[in-house]
This record gives sequence, C-alpha cells and structure tokens, in this order.
Amino acid sequence: MDKEYVGFAALPNQLHRKSIKKGFDFTLMVAGESGLGKSTLINSLFLTNLYEDRQLPEASARLTQTLTIERRGVEIEEGGIKVKLTLVDTPGFGDSVDCSDCWLPVVRFIEEQFEQYLRDESGLNRKNIQDSRVHCCLYFISPFGRGLRPLDVAFLRAVHEKVNIIPVIGKADALMPRETQALKQKIRDQLKEEEINIYQFPDCDSDEDEDFKRQDAEMKESIPFAVVGSCEVVRDKGTRPVRGRRYSWGTVEVENPHHCDFLNLRRMLVQTHLQDLKEVTHDLLYEGYRARCLQSLARPGARDRASRSKLSRRSTTEIPLPMLPLAETEKLIREKDEELRRMQEMLEKMQAQVQQSQAQGEQSAAL
Amino acid sequence: MSKGLPETRTDAAMSELVPEPRPKPAVPMKPVSINTNLLGYIGIDTIIEQMRKKTMKTGFDFNIMVVGQSGLGKSTLVNTLFKSQVSRKASSWNREEKIPKTVEIKAIGHVIEEGGVKMKLTVIDTPGFGDQINNENCWEPIEKYINEQYEKFLKEEVNIARKKRIPDTRVHCCLYFISPTGHSLRPLDLEFMKHLSKVVNIIPVIAKADTMTLEEKSEFKQRVRKELEVHGIEFYPQKEFDEDLEDKTENDKIRESMPFAVVGSDKEYQVNGKRVLGRKTPWGIIEVENLHHCEFALLRDFVIRTHLQDLKEVTHNIHYETYRAKRLNDNGGLPPVSVDTEGSHDSNP
Repeated sequence: MDKEYVGFAALPNQLHRKSIKKGFDFTLMVAGESGLGKSTLINSLFLTNLYEDRQLPEASARLTQTLTIERRGVEIEEGGIKVKLTLVDTPGFGDSVDCSDCWLPVVRFIEEQFEQYLRDESGLNRKNIQDSRVHCCLYFISPFGRGLRPLDVAFLRAVHEKVNIIPVIGKADALMPRETQALKQKIRDQLKEEEINIYQFPDCDSDEDEDFKRQDAEMKESIPFAVVGSCEVVRDKGTRPVRGRRYSWGTVEVENPHHCDFLNLRRMLVQTHLQDLKEVTHDLLYEGYRARCLQSLARPGARDRASRSKLSRRSTTEIPLPMLPLAETEKLIREKDEELRRMQEMLEKMQAQVQQSQAQGEQSAAL
Repeated sequence: MSKGLPETRTDAAMSELVPEPRPKPAVPMKPVSINTNLLGYIGIDTIIEQMRKKTMKTGFDFNIMVVGQSGLGKSTLVNTLFKSQVSRKASSWNREEKIPKTVEIKAIGHVIEEGGVKMKLTVIDTPGFGDQINNENCWEPIEKYINEQYEKFLKEEVNIARKKRIPDTRVHCCLYFISPTGHSLRPLDLEFMKHLSKVVNIIPVIAKADTMTLEEKSEFKQRVRKELEVHGIEFYPQKEFDEDLEDKTENDKIRESMPFAVVGSDKEYQVNGKRVLGRKTPWGIIEVENLHHCEFALLRDFVIRTHLQDLKEVTHNIHYETYRAKRLNDNGGLPPVSVDTEGSHDSNP
C-alpha cells in the first residue's frame, strides 16, 4: 500500500453522492411585460409544459389587474439527479396603463424569502431549512423597443442588489442580426449608465485551454441573450426535425447558435452556473440583506441613517448602508419589542407571585 | 304629394319614412323623364376627366397620424407606404434623443408627386405615447391636437371672407400600432381607441408582424377584433358609414382581415433575381410586398389606392361635422370671425 496516499482525493465523489441523494433545489424568477415569450422559453429550457393550465386574461380584465406573484413547482430528473425547480412568475407586470410602483410586490417577495431564511437560520431547528430564496431572475426585454424602457430601468434598479439578474431579449426572431447586435450594445450601455449590477458570470480558470476561454468570452459578449423559444418540432421534408418556429420565409431553429442565443443561455444557466447562482445568492445577496437587517436592529441611530441614505439614489457598496425599506426594520423592531414586553410582563407576574407567597409565608409564620 | 315626378317614387322606395309633402314651387317644374336613348354623344362622361385634370393641377392634401409605443416601426412603415423618407425616422440605434416625458406632436409635411399628381402629405408623429411608467391619459394631447385642427377649419369656414381653399390640416387617418404580443390588446390600446375612435378614423395595424407564425397571426387578429367589438370600438371603415350594398360587401371583406399584420422596411435585397424591400435574417428573407409574408400590400392598397378619398370624406362629412355640431350647440352659434386678409393657401377641402 502506498503510504503517501491518504485518500481524501475521494472527497469530491463523496460530496457528489451526498448531493445526488439530497437533490437540488433552485428558484428561478421570470419577469418582464406580457407577450415576450417568457412561458414558451421556460418550457423550452426545461422541456416541460408548466403553463398548460394558464388562462390568459383579456385586455379589459387587465385594466384593473394588479401584479400577482405565482409559484409553480416541478421536479425534473436527469441522469439520476433530481432537481426541484420552483418558478416564480409575475403576471400583470407592465400591463396596466399606470405601472407606477408595480415592481414593489416583487421586491417585497424577494425580501420575504430572505427574511424567512434569516428566521430559519436563527431558529433552533436548522436541519431542514427550506431555501425558498430566489436564486436567479431572468428579466425579459422587449425586442421592439430601443433598449431598456423606463419601466425596465425602474424594475432592475429595484431588484439588482437583491437577486441575480440575467437580462434576456425575448422573441429575438423579430430582429435581423445587425439589429440584434445594436440592441445588445445599447442595453449594455444603458445598464452601465444606470449602474445596474447584473449577474457576472465568473471568469474561467487560467489553466483552461484557449478554445474554452474563447468560447467563454464569446458567451459573455452575447449578454443580454437574444432568445427564441419553442416547444414545437418542425418536420420539413428533406431536413431533419428541429425545434423551432415555422414562418413562410423560413424556419427559426431554437437550438441553432446562428439563429439565437438559446443554447448559450441554457448552457450558462442550467449546465454550468446553476450552483454558482445559488452560491452568489447565499454568499453575497443574502449576506448583504442579513448584514443590513441586523445592523439596523443593533444600532439605534441606524433608522436615521436609513432614511438619509434613501435620498441618495446610488449607494456605493463599500459600507453596506441600511437600505431596507423602513417598514421592514420597523416590523422587526416591533416584533422584538413585543417579545421584550411579554417577557417583562411574565417577569412582573412571577415577581408578584413570589412577593405574594412570601407575604403569605410571613403571615402564616407570624400566626 | 306632387304627382308625376319619378323622383318622389324612388325617394319613397329608398327611405322608410313617409316623405314630407313638398311645398309647391313658385315656378312649376315640367315633368322630367330619364332619357335613355340619346340621339348622339353629349360628353357628360368627360366630367371624370375634368375632375382628374383639376385635381392634378391643384394637388391634394393628406394628413396621416401614427400612434404607438416607440420601436414599433411606425416611421419605417410610413416611409415604406409612401416609398420616400417622409417620416421623422431617427438614425436607428444611435438615437441621442431621449424618450420625451410627455407625448409630443410632430407634424412633417412633404410634397410627393406621382403620374403628374401632387400630394401634400403630412405625417404626424406622436413620440412618447405609451413609453412612460405611468401612461394615464397619454392620449389627451393627441385628442387635443385633432380637435385643434377641426377648430382651425371651423374658424376658417365661419369667416365672412372665406379663403378660396381652406387649408386642411385635419387628421384624415390615424394608424394605431398594436404590439405583436400574441396575447390580446393591452389596456392602453383599448383606452386609446375607446377615446379616439369617435373623433378620428383609426386604422389599427399589428406592427412588426414577422414575429408571428400564420396561426398565431390569425388567432391574434380574431381576438383583437372580438375585444374591439365587445367594447363597441369601431375602427375605419366603420360599419355605420357604409353607403350602399357595394360598399358594405367590399368593406366587410376588409374588416374581416383587419387589423393588418405588417412589416416595414427601407432596405432592398435580391430575391429570385428581383430587388425587393425586405428584412434579411439567417433563416430567410421577409419580403414586405409578398402577401404570403405579411399584409403590407393590403394596407397600402387600402389606405392609398382605394380608400384615400373616402378617408378624407369621412373625416370631413362625419367627424368634422360632429365636432362642428357640438361646438355650435355649446356656443349657441358661433359668431363670424373678423375678416382674414391673408393670402389663400391652395388646398382641397
């Protein structure tokens, strides 16, 4: 036996086996105005039909519709690995005539998941924490506009520090190649101008080969991904069956990299970065939320600082200033106050009882 | 009821009301018979040619407004319709202008000539419509503009010394661009059309329709038509203004295929040895004027080749008259405006 061989090189295998047993859960949020092909793309990505029971509301119904958050769960198994995928949908977003603040329910939802996790983490039984935090938000941008619209900017600014954003151009078969490039560049410029932080795909290791590095660089340059979704298979005679959309002038192939970035998105989202998205959510975004939350609870002057910092629209991330909406911290403070008060009441009651029994004891002793 | 006049009989046949008794004319008219066998050629059919010559000399006005969210290809479509750069099209993506905070109205006029006929075309653009986060009442500046043009015309009409030809700036046609979501109309679309269909001729079009397959297109169109019907929104050509059976049949066919799903382009490509206007994608070339690809040709024929004059007439005889009646009722009759001694601008009413 080789004395220098300890054996912990088998560790990755052990982790692998453990994670297979445990399964894998992932929460993906899809956002963007209706009609951009979100549902079709999700069905295409995960080869499911998650939206078959969906009822599309008519315009008149949407006149008074407010934004709702819908969750759909699906279990996908592939190669022995079980993935519990939760999809969060935001029907109604961007539909109304007046969309002011229509992103607030989404922000609140994301924060509620963080809050739930924070509570679970601080609780007693931590074995079975359900992670319902949103790991990634696919934001759909219209191919018909001239880049990001005011609503897009407002939404992205509201959520970019709370969730991993992957911007996507929906229904990209509306664009000619030159238009696609121009639109992507415009969106990238706008994201930089508005200081919106989207999910940064990590750099590949320096020891990867040149081909891989080039491919990786190409993929990063194609962000935002211009996608086309389809669950229909086009069978034309003479050509092999492909998933795509058939038009009178030709067929768009979903999995053809010259036609759209679907393959890139699928590769980067599902095949290579699923774990990284979860890690960034936990290590960066959730920790940021947790730090802000606890800081504001701990320091009495924090509330003032919170209100002052809200005035400055762009905050640097050097020192995480408490940027929680006041209602959030208020709620937590109130709850802690409630607990304190209850405990005080109990103490007083106990003290009263003790005094009473002491007095009685003295009385009976006197008698 | 006067007897012997063939006209009264036909009048009674056409209307369902009992015709009012005609007052006896001061100079009684001799009965007129329709003479069917002419002894020779009179030449009254040359009136068509005379009208044509006059129109060619004076030219005519046409004012078209485009409304829709930015990026739906409004300017490109108008340029394609009139085969010239008549719209305020920004230099594609390097647009330095920001989206305006309120809806602006920008009117640009061009003179186009074809076959000796001159048309003074005015394209009225409405940048900023539907682009904000809060689009409440964003149609109001548009409604105001349309009414202002009616008001201008009314003031001229009511003048004591009227101009020979009143300049016509009234909006004859409003192309409303529907986003090709494939779902249904958006609430803003409904609101706009509800408010403006009574004031101007609205022609809804489905913009950038190269993103829908044939089935998606026809389903979407059906849904849109149904929604408009449910809300009592009548787009041009309105059913109530069909004059006779011939009109009705022709217009019914058009109404059944509206809104037209269009694609616009100002670039030409080589297809089967011909230069065609289109869009070139890796999966094929979309030909703008190919009826198998999109309905641009139908829209063009409809707006320009068959219904141009009717659009103007409906605007003048119906929308403008409605406005005028309302104004006269409100004011108890408009007093004539002071004499206008400016030079007359040549245009057709």
